[in-house]
Amino acid sequence: MTNTVTNVVLELMPHFEGYVYPNEATQQPLWSVLIVLYPYITGLVAGAFIMASLVRVFNVKALEPVYRLSMLTAFAFLLCAPLPLLFHLGHPERCFEVMMTPHLTSPMAIFGFIYAWYLMAVLLLELWFDYRRDFVQWSETTPGFKGILYRLFTVGVTDTSEPAVNLDHRIGHILSIVGIPSAFLLHGYVGFIFGSVKANPWWGNSLMPIIFIMSAMVSGIALCVFNYMVLTWIRRKKVDMKCLDVMCMFLFYALVMDFAIEALDWVHRIYSAEEGFQVMQYMAREKLFYTLSLGQVTGGTLVPLLLLGILQLIRKRVPELGRRRMYFTSAVLILLGVLAMRWNVVIGGQLFSKSLRGIMSYKMEFAGLEGWYMGAVLFILPFIILTVFIKLFLSEKLSSQRTSGQG
Amino acid sequence: MSLKTSRRSVLGKIGATLVGLMAAPVARTAKAAVQKVLVTTGAAKGYDPTKHKWVMAIDANRCIGCGLCAEACKKENHVPEGPYFRTWIERYVITRPAPGSGAPRGETLVDCPEGGMHGFPPPSVPKDQIQHSFFVPKLCNLCHRSPCTQVCPVGATFDAPDGAVLIDPKYCIGCGFCIQACPYGCRFLNPITKTAEKCTLCYHRITRGLKPACVEVCPTQARVFGDLKNPAPDDPIKQFYQNNLVQALKPHLGTEPRLFYAGIDKEVR
Repeated sequence: MTNTVTNVVLELMPHFEGYVYPNEATQQPLWSVLIVLYPYITGLVAGAFIMASLVRVFNVKALEPVYRLSMLTAFAFLLCAPLPLLFHLGHPERCFEVMMTPHLTSPMAIFGFIYAWYLMAVLLLELWFDYRRDFVQWSETTPGFKGILYRLFTVGVTDTSEPAVNLDHRIGHILSIVGIPSAFLLHGYVGFIFGSVKANPWWGNSLMPIIFIMSAMVSGIALCVFNYMVLTWIRRKKVDMKCLDVMCMFLFYALVMDFAIEALDWVHRIYSAEEGFQVMQYMAREKLFYTLSLGQVTGGTLVPLLLLGILQLIRKRVPELGRRRMYFTSAVLILLGVLAMRWNVVIGGQLFSKSLRGIMSYKMEFAGLEGWYMGAVLFILPFIILTVFIKLFLSEKLSSQRTSGQG
Repeated sequence: MSLKTSRRSVLGKIGATLVGLMAAPVARTAKAAVQKVLVTTGAAKGYDPTKHKWVMAIDANRCIGCGLCAEACKKENHVPEGPYFRTWIERYVITRPAPGSGAPRGETLVDCPEGGMHGFPPPSVPKDQIQHSFFVPKLCNLCHRSPCTQVCPVGATFDAPDGAVLIDPKYCIGCGFCIQACPYGCRFLNPITKTAEKCTLCYHRITRGLKPACVEVCPTQARVFGDLKNPAPDDPIKQFYQNNLVQALKPHLGTEPRLFYAGIDKEVR
């Protein structure tokens, strides 16, 4: 009997190779799947916003059909961005201390402020100024509860005269310009949380914020492509191919830059081969083979680069259906690849001991706070919120006043 | 440009310098006073942290790996069962090189069963193949530039004026950032209180004139503890600095540990 029990305990005990500090010998890494989702979701927000800014700031008229969808995507995901972080805290009830008594030398202390700034001052305001005229119109034409809701959203500002609408556009334009550096700040800062940890050679790297920003742009644009194609498919509408072509052109260029910077990071690591390089080499070859070599590099970067690259060269020769399929495949692969990248950074950085003498392993639990189930719920939640937003603000039944090239 | 120096300007500068010099200790005392009122520590009543500078040093030549220190620490500080340690002992075994290999030494094997709390089993390599073997007690490195306090988002962990690096358990939000930032693996998340925890040099003891539990029980005086501001005439910490060439762990990270080691090898990190 004792033997059986001992065997069970041994099986449950975490598995290590080499020597790890005793405090590191825990069942699962301190930061697990929730902290993988946190930078992933934040990155999607930043990327989707940059995508929308292409219309507002850079006046890319072809992308007009996805402007509002991108903004709503950014908003829905931003609402969920702090949730994984919050659930992960040992004392979530003390979370407001981060804003009430921030410790200003901490990269994490500023999160509350950047988040609040981005949510309140950028996204919410920009959306409101963009939608105000529509809210006024919809509140007059929509009956019942929805109508009341639209009236509430107008906040009593029902002036739809031309000067008032022009002012809306001007302010929206300014907010969008402010929003671009804010989006970079939001996600670059998330990269800095990891990049600032000098104790960990996998993380402590000055390129980290830039890598995070680039991968955020890539994943955000891919999410917009995905959402747009799924939405048109659900609505049985025809995809605007010009819009899709332009979106994927930007996706391709962002992916090229992302790939270049991440490659530079690895070239630097391999060439300088500093302390801990052997451990990192082992990690890349063994522990993270599936998520790094297959997931992030091959599936998430090289294949989409090839697909999108081919389409940049011979777009006109590929029939529409083929193009759509290639775009959709690329978007899904990129979304999975960036998720793998977040996993590799967060989990990979905790799979080796800071003594640089040992490797830990991690088997994700199913239920539990840090398991598959919770991860899936937190990842699906923004899509549910987005569906509600689309029903409310992007419904086909509502006529929109938004015309191309505003602002 | 006028280079004239008037009496008034010189007096003004001297006055400003004096005010500055006087303001610095006042500000420091005020900060300590505020910390004393607001922060939850195990300090004794009336204890003034500005009057001490606590430090520990390790003479690895003396450590026999008995594990009493790690055990005493667990008991004294109610550290939970399992892989949670405020202090632990590592055993380093450096083997002889294979004949003809051209290497100066063989492999370095490190182990630490249960934090070394119950001593160590015989090494896995035969005695005649061992070139060097030694024990290294580990604890908070008392960094001068501590990365753990730098990254705390709410300032729950802080460098006390007396040299201890402490955590206010009523304030810690349990984010784990400090645990990630400590290069020495000295912090852990207490599974019961859900807050970060680490060696406090037994703050509840040292502020009452006692030694930390690990120092108290060490049978070979491998752990040396003292107050740099009030050294006793025959203070062992003074003798330690006097008699040994010392080394700190991971100096390249710029954390400037105040915990010094004597008698350790380059393999220790």
